[in-house]
Amino acid sequence: MRRAIHLDNLTLGYERHPAVHHLSGVFQEGSLTAVFGPNGAGKSTLLKGILGLLPPLSGAVRLVGIQRRDLAFLPQQVELEPDFPMSVLDAVLMGHWRRRGAWGALDRELRQQAVAALETVGLSGFEKRAVNALSGGQRQRILFARLVVEDAPVILLDEPFAPIDAQTTADMLALVHRWREQGRTVIAVLHDLEQVQRHFPQTLLLARRALAWGPTEQALAPERLEQARSMSAAWNDHAPWCRKDPP
Amino acid sequence: MTFHELVVDPFVQFAFMRRALAASLALGVGCGPIGVFLMLRRMSLMGDSLSHAILPGVAVGFLLAGFSLPVMTLGGLVAGLLVALLSGASARFTVIKEDAGFAAFQSISLAAGVLIVSTKGGNVDLLHVLFGSVLAVDDAALLLATGCSSLALLVMAVIYRPLVIQCFDPAYLRIAGGGRADPWNMIFLALVVLALVAGFQVMGSLMAVGLMMLPAIAARFWARQVWTMMVAAVLIAMTAAATGLLLSFHFSLPTGPAIVLTAGAWHLFSLLFGPRGGLWSRLKPPARHREN
Repeated sequence: MRRAIHLDNLTLGYERHPAVHHLSGVFQEGSLTAVFGPNGAGKSTLLKGILGLLPPLSGAVRLVGIQRRDLAFLPQQVELEPDFPMSVLDAVLMGHWRRRGAWGALDRELRQQAVAALETVGLSGFEKRAVNALSGGQRQRILFARLVVEDAPVILLDEPFAPIDAQTTADMLALVHRWREQGRTVIAVLHDLEQVQRHFPQTLLLARRALAWGPTEQALAPERLEQARSMSAAWNDHAPWCRKDPP
Repeated sequence: MTFHELVVDPFVQFAFMRRALAASLALGVGCGPIGVFLMLRRMSLMGDSLSHAILPGVAVGFLLAGFSLPVMTLGGLVAGLLVALLSGASARFTVIKEDAGFAAFQSISLAAGVLIVSTKGGNVDLLHVLFGSVLAVDDAALLLATGCSSLALLVMAVIYRPLVIQCFDPAYLRIAGGGRADPWNMIFLALVVLALVAGFQVMGSLMAVGLMMLPAIAARFWARQVWTMMVAAVLIAMTAAATGLLLSFHFSLPTGPAIVLTAGAWHLFSLLFGPRGGLWSRLKPPARHREN
């Protein structure tokens, strides 16, 4: 059975206002999809819904052939505690949690995997450095190294290239392509149109509802982008109740 | 006065001083590491909240059984856990954040505690509960303090890894667990309650927070890693406990405040001269720097 993430008429939101409205579609196994749209389009909310951090207002996220704990996630840096005194190696070793839990030994092999992951993201020699002494870009590489260690079949990235320079972005994009070649499913929330067009074969264009979902070239057609730009970011407090919802 | 007379004699000659020393050292060992995590999780004021929260439980215990240590302890434990649970639940299931939940429930709890003690007991009783009486520690109180501290330390060791992960990336364990709520935060808050309850008989519920937080915050200025910070916090707490006791003995000062003020002096010294981000290290640029 092929693994997939099905969104069945999914509505996610806050205080009865939808942030993602009646979204249906499938993230197929091995797909590389960009979630693209203006600020307030519901992109990060969608990731939270898929991760099970936000219960749907209606509809469902249906995981086929995978469990929720098979999903790995790269959060935005604002959601981390950057001043926490932790070594780079310890931050990457965190990725073994699913296999080792609270008490499992982190033996030499697992440590070597973490060191190799740091090498993959270009941070060799940084093992003993404190995370809080590194730059935003270096911290982002650490999060990518943690994903390498997690070795998950599905990887969700929330604005992974926002805080980093061009070289680091290129390196991490290469890593994302490698994940795709390995058959992993990757879903990334992105803001850079050109980046999406160049590197992501599938795109979900979101403006609270799906304006398009499919091959990037078609999804990001100029008229659709114009439609996305005209999305109203503000809630209407007096909006009528949605008729598609069950009574 | 010789060093021996100043430092050793009080403990050799008086059993109550030995018991007080053992109890306050145990509290330092139990409270230091917990304080470090409270600070690193930006929950430094949470300890204060919980110390207020255990008061009504202690008061109810006092009303039911007089100065019965087990009953008062149990009451404090139940009240503290209840406030922690309600605050955590209100943050999880409603719009308010955890700190607002703690502020609300600790106020209710403190007012209830003061009301109960004032109605049924005298002011002296209330002062005892709030500020403790370290020199009146008997064997039962000593066992309670050391037992609770040991248990808190052991459980801290058991949940160390998830606590560290949660400090760095608060949502990680929930995501790795498939979106289910993880138990670690509640276990940690229960430990804070346990450590404060251990301290209430010895130092009073309010003073115990001082021994928990001051060494932990001071340790931030001396250590770089979490575990070294915990070791530093324990050492600072222990020296503050011993020094505070001696000051109290020689100058006839109330013991709890003397211990906490000694820890406070440690804190001020660290704030000024701590090598890891203290005021002096920030004002005075280093004389040399490396090429790379």
